[in-house]
Amino acid sequence: MPEVLMNGNSAIAEAAIRAGCQCYFGYPITPQNELSEYMALNLSRRKGCSFVQAESELAAINMVYGASAAGVRVMTSSSSPGISLKQEGISYLAANELPCVIVNMSRGGPGLGSISAAQSDYFQATRGGGHGDYRTIVLAPSSVPELAEFTHRAFDLADKYLVPVMILGDGMLGQMMEPVAFHHEAPEVFSVRSRSLRGAKGRPSRIFKTFTSKPAELEELNWSLFRRYQLIQKEETTSEAFLTDDARLIIVAFGIAARIARGAIKTVRAEGLKVGMLRPITLWPFPTEAVKEAAKKTKQFLVFEMNMGQMVDDVKLALEGKGKVSFYGRPGGVIPTPSEVARVISRIYVQEGLT
Amino acid sequence: MKKVYTRPKSLKPAVFHYCPGCGHSIVHRLIAEVIDELGIQEKVVGVPPPGCSVFAYHYFDVDMLESAHGRGAAVATGMKRANPDCIVFTYQGDGDLAAIGTAETVHAANRGERITAIFINNAVYGMTGGQMAPTTLLEQKTTTTPYGRDLKVEGYPIRMSEIIALTRGAVYVERTAVNSPANIRKTKKAIKKAFQTQIDGLGFALVEVLSPCPTNWKMTPRESWQWIDDVMSKEFPLGLIKDETGNKNAG
Amino acid sequence: MDSSKTEVKAKGRIEIDRERCKGCELCVSVCPNGLISISAKLNATGYLPAEFKDEGGCTGCTTCALVCPEVAIEVYRA
Repeated sequence: MPEVLMNGNSAIAEAAIRAGCQCYFGYPITPQNELSEYMALNLSRRKGCSFVQAESELAAINMVYGASAAGVRVMTSSSSPGISLKQEGISYLAANELPCVIVNMSRGGPGLGSISAAQSDYFQATRGGGHGDYRTIVLAPSSVPELAEFTHRAFDLADKYLVPVMILGDGMLGQMMEPVAFHHEAPEVFSVRSRSLRGAKGRPSRIFKTFTSKPAELEELNWSLFRRYQLIQKEETTSEAFLTDDARLIIVAFGIAARIARGAIKTVRAEGLKVGMLRPITLWPFPTEAVKEAAKKTKQFLVFEMNMGQMVDDVKLALEGKGKVSFYGRPGGVIPTPSEVARVISRIYVQEGLT
Repeated sequence: MKKVYTRPKSLKPAVFHYCPGCGHSIVHRLIAEVIDELGIQEKVVGVPPPGCSVFAYHYFDVDMLESAHGRGAAVATGMKRANPDCIVFTYQGDGDLAAIGTAETVHAANRGERITAIFINNAVYGMTGGQMAPTTLLEQKTTTTPYGRDLKVEGYPIRMSEIIALTRGAVYVERTAVNSPANIRKTKKAIKKAFQTQIDGLGFALVEVLSPCPTNWKMTPRESWQWIDDVMSKEFPLGLIKDETGNKNAG
Repeated sequence: MDSSKTEVKAKGRIEIDRERCKGCELCVSVCPNGLISISAKLNATGYLPAEFKDEGGCTGCTTCALVCPEVAIEVYRA
């Protein structure tokens, strides 16, 4: 499959079509519009597929809910404010074990925010922005090829565990163009999930619901979901280690911030600083073991995020006090430069006496 | 003697949790009778709302999908777009369809979604204990309009069927009531037509049913029937509001 | 209704499930021949259910079943 030059948003859409996405429900919001437009162009006319630009992101996620209950692969995408509108729907999807893929090409917040790339939706994504005890798998790509690869993986994970899966990208990833290869062909015939509501033909009628007047019933649902979340934690947690073997200081960064940090690390490595990086790829489940593993090599961590500090909490939780965690963050959609981050790394490297 | 009337097949034997004289119970049975008569029990998916009728999924012997409050029209849109062969109906109260779900309802209608919306208007929020609904009448006392609905503060009751009829995607809109044998028969006829509209793929269909809520109206069931005739149907006139199913080619 | 009429072969009859009935009395109010009344004996859920007086006047017109919110009435016709 030859590589093509594509922006991130379009690459997600193309990968989704190839993954057998049958329905897409969206709503315009910068910086993810190319994704909806790509679907309008390429999904809406495919046999058996449907594209709807909904009247709001809130309506869109509820359309996702309906389509998922009908047993098809379905996706929605938006950016930060729109993702906030979807939280109630995501809680319902999680509660009713309805798989789907939700893409957040996040932007500066809070409020209407900026349209520039940011990572300030980490808590919302990983803690669940909606009500109730539930988790969603959160994948954090840091390149256009990863956007495509993770979209495919997101659909597979959603169907495998019957959970909503979120792709947490950002405006920069969405807008930038990189060569990307697609390794799957779009299916001619769509499979339908057996656990679905398509009319009680040849079987008793089914109910997908969580409402109950017996709390113990809902407690059991929570226990069953959490047994599944533990399984996901065991099977699907992924991260990437970069130059950590001899590292005296380990950067922890995800998504676009990890790309920036990678540049900074090359610079300081050239100056002889032994610095590496641990890049969480699943933000939930968070790679706690990988952090503990890294802590065997060094107790010095620098968490770098494009927000006021959110993933830093998870790093501290993972270390349980057995590590010194510094933090550097730029919120609001400001894009830090590699040289800026390199200066921060050098300063901490010296202050902590790591030379 | 031959049995000429019994529980419709599409209705489970479960006893309703509804209050004595509640209109929901009657409309449930009518929908089930229509599903039997149209022979679509194996193709129907129902979308009940939060509200008194949240437990509708215990009563209909068809696939049922719980929806978030107000989102029935969007959920049904997604369901129908994903599986156009199924027959989807939403069952929504006045708060669900005409308050929190206004946008979803108006836009599903405007898009001409091939779904059937059954809209139960009993002028109060029943399940939560009788608060004001968007269809609460002027001067009507509820737990959140204890001095009576005040035009200057709460505005007029909303006439949702008329609003929906303005959308070109809505091809059949009728308002009926279940407060007399004759009106119950008319309601069934309207529900059947609304389902047929979907089967023929003509567009969005809505049936608004004025429905007694004796408990929150603080009336006997018989008095609630009378109140619909004397007061409620003056605010919400019964009858056909829109029918373009004839000149719409099945699309 | 002329009660002195000789025993007329009934055209219809109904069966009311007294345990399902919630005593809403809507059937009582619509029976054209006034053949339904409210029982003096509570049912299990504490309602005084409707009761059919099978005096041969029932025509099996189904109006009672039509208005019954509880699907508690079955109608038979000769």
